Amino acid sequence: MNPKIRLRNFILLGSISVLFVVLPAVLISVGVIDGYTAQIFTLAGINAIMAISVNIISGITGQLSLGQAGFMAVGAYSCIWFSQVALMPLPVAVIAGGLLAAFIGFLIGFPTLKLSGDYLAIVTLGFGEILRVIFVNLKGITGGANGKRFTTILAARADIAWVVIIGILVMVVILLQNFLRSTYGRAIFSVREDEIAANSNGISVFRYKMTGFVIAAFVAGIGGAIYAPFIGFVKPDLSSFNRSVDYLIYVVLGGMGSITGSILAAFILTYLQEFLRFLQEYRLLFYPVILILVMLFRPQGLLGMKELSFTGLMDKLTAKRKPENG
Amino acid sequence: MDRYRSSIVDTLVIFIQQLINGLSLGSIYALIALGYTMVYGIVMLINFAHGDVLMVGAYTGFYILYALGPSPLALALAFLASMILCAVVGMTIERLAYRPLRSAPRLNSLITAIAVSLILQNGARVLPFVGPNPRQYPTMQTVNISVGPFSISNIQIVVLLVSVILMLILNYIITWTRTGKAMRAVSFDFKAASLMGISSNRIIAFTFALGSVLAAAGGILFATAYPQIDPTMGAMPGLKAFVAAVLGGIGSIPGAMLGGYILGVAETMTKGFISSQYADAISFSILIIILLVKPTGIMGQKVRVKV
Repeated sequence: MNPKIRLRNFILLGSISVLFVVLPAVLISVGVIDGYTAQIFTLAGINAIMAISVNIISGITGQLSLGQAGFMAVGAYSCIWFSQVALMPLPVAVIAGGLLAAFIGFLIGFPTLKLSGDYLAIVTLGFGEILRVIFVNLKGITGGANGKRFTTILAARADIAWVVIIGILVMVVILLQNFLRSTYGRAIFSVREDEIAANSNGISVFRYKMTGFVIAAFVAGIGGAIYAPFIGFVKPDLSSFNRSVDYLIYVVLGGMGSITGSILAAFILTYLQEFLRFLQEYRLLFYPVILILVMLFRPQGLLGMKELSFTGLMDKLTAKRKPENG
Repeated sequence: MDRYRSSIVDTLVIFIQQLINGLSLGSIYALIALGYTMVYGIVMLINFAHGDVLMVGAYTGFYILYALGPSPLALALAFLASMILCAVVGMTIERLAYRPLRSAPRLNSLITAIAVSLILQNGARVLPFVGPNPRQYPTMQTVNISVGPFSISNIQIVVLLVSVILMLILNYIITWTRTGKAMRAVSFDFKAASLMGISSNRIIAFTFALGSVLAAAGGILFATAYPQIDPTMGAMPGLKAFVAAVLGGIGSIPGAMLGGYILGVAETMTKGFISSQYADAISFSILIIILLVKPTGIMGQKVRVKV
């Protein structure tokens, strides 16, 4: 690529990311955005991280997982443990939580990724439920069914929470985009498109499924590890099937395989859920009905496999002015 | 020596007692698992809403038993009414949600199934006469019949009898009737069956109805044995019954029955010997192990993939 365009794209994307991270934080600390709204959108950031995690395994690698919330819970509990018992500083504990989730993903992936389709979905579902039972019973570490409290600065200061969580979200997106454009990323796409064809072209299907699974587990672990200090409280229900389904809903609505779609859907739906509070219990019906309608009328989701691209948008805008360069 | 022997006898007594409990629980799982396995055998869909059809059945039974009191006649009426209602619900779900997606990718139908399950659960929570709070199920007075050191309750006997009778009827329908034959044909080869003049849509609707009838019965039996119901009550037994279906070999009817009993016994044994806390985890662990050792399940047919 032309180094000039590359530099322009870097500056453009860099400034947009910084804008997303810093501007709302400033508005929060000044008081333009109130604490309640800030909390909803920060939570949406965590949901977006989780949706990306589900998207990596289900949309990009093509293996339906219904147990992603299990990895989230592993990340959450281990972050608390690393921080409170092993006395690590919080950023280290968050990364350690992600790594532990990735390691568990690696162990679980060995036997389960040999299964395909529905079976994989069921095993990951079972895995999440097993984790839930384990968390309920490991009272010494997890506090049992009553959950565990974890008070940090993130729960107290909305602006810092926003910077940290959206910062992590942006980091995840950047790293993931670079990864997906590497040889590994393309290999993973080929596994999704056609396992047999990929295999006959010398791509180790199992290895790349495992790569996708471990990365998804890592991202989910990070999501959980940042959820715990933000919410300040973790219960074993975190790893329940219903939660995994919630994240899957974001991905399906945003478009399987579209990272920006997942983020968009996570933010819209998280906000909508709060916005629809006046409907009381009836809003519980809202998600599934939308889900069915999407499956019937737009099965590829909001964005399909496309991505929203700021550089692409920029290209279009500039191309109008200078058609001779295009 | 004496103490040693008595501890062995104690263990044996617990073992057999838990075996009795396990067979009773397992027959409920078997009933529910049959619905999963029949539907999967024909349309290759994990019908996540099956567990919630069970909940609909249990609630239908609840209102009838509540109105008439828990007499045997009322129980029979409750079975009949909830079976009919659930058959209608099952066919409606198939018609509205699954049929339009039959040629879509499998993932889409799976997600739709999850959505239907959420609609039934949350719909029940919203309906004013159901509501989110758990309710006490009106059951008959528990009478324990002692046979030597073991005891079996009248409820367990009812559960065992009803489920065995239903399974025999199902077996008759599938083996001896024309519709049953058509079901087997559609499950064996969907396209070929259509070419032979079998109306696949009708057969699939019938399969859903049949599965839902069994789920309705399973729901009432489950609620009678564990007398508390709420809108999410179907989720756990639903998942476990699905595990049972996979364990026995999904698509195989005797497999689902066998899987149900194995799972029920495994669960009560865990309760008896290890800890009741881990009973939920044990069924999923069994699932993971069976899929690793024999992914087709105990009685499943191996499917060869050709390029």
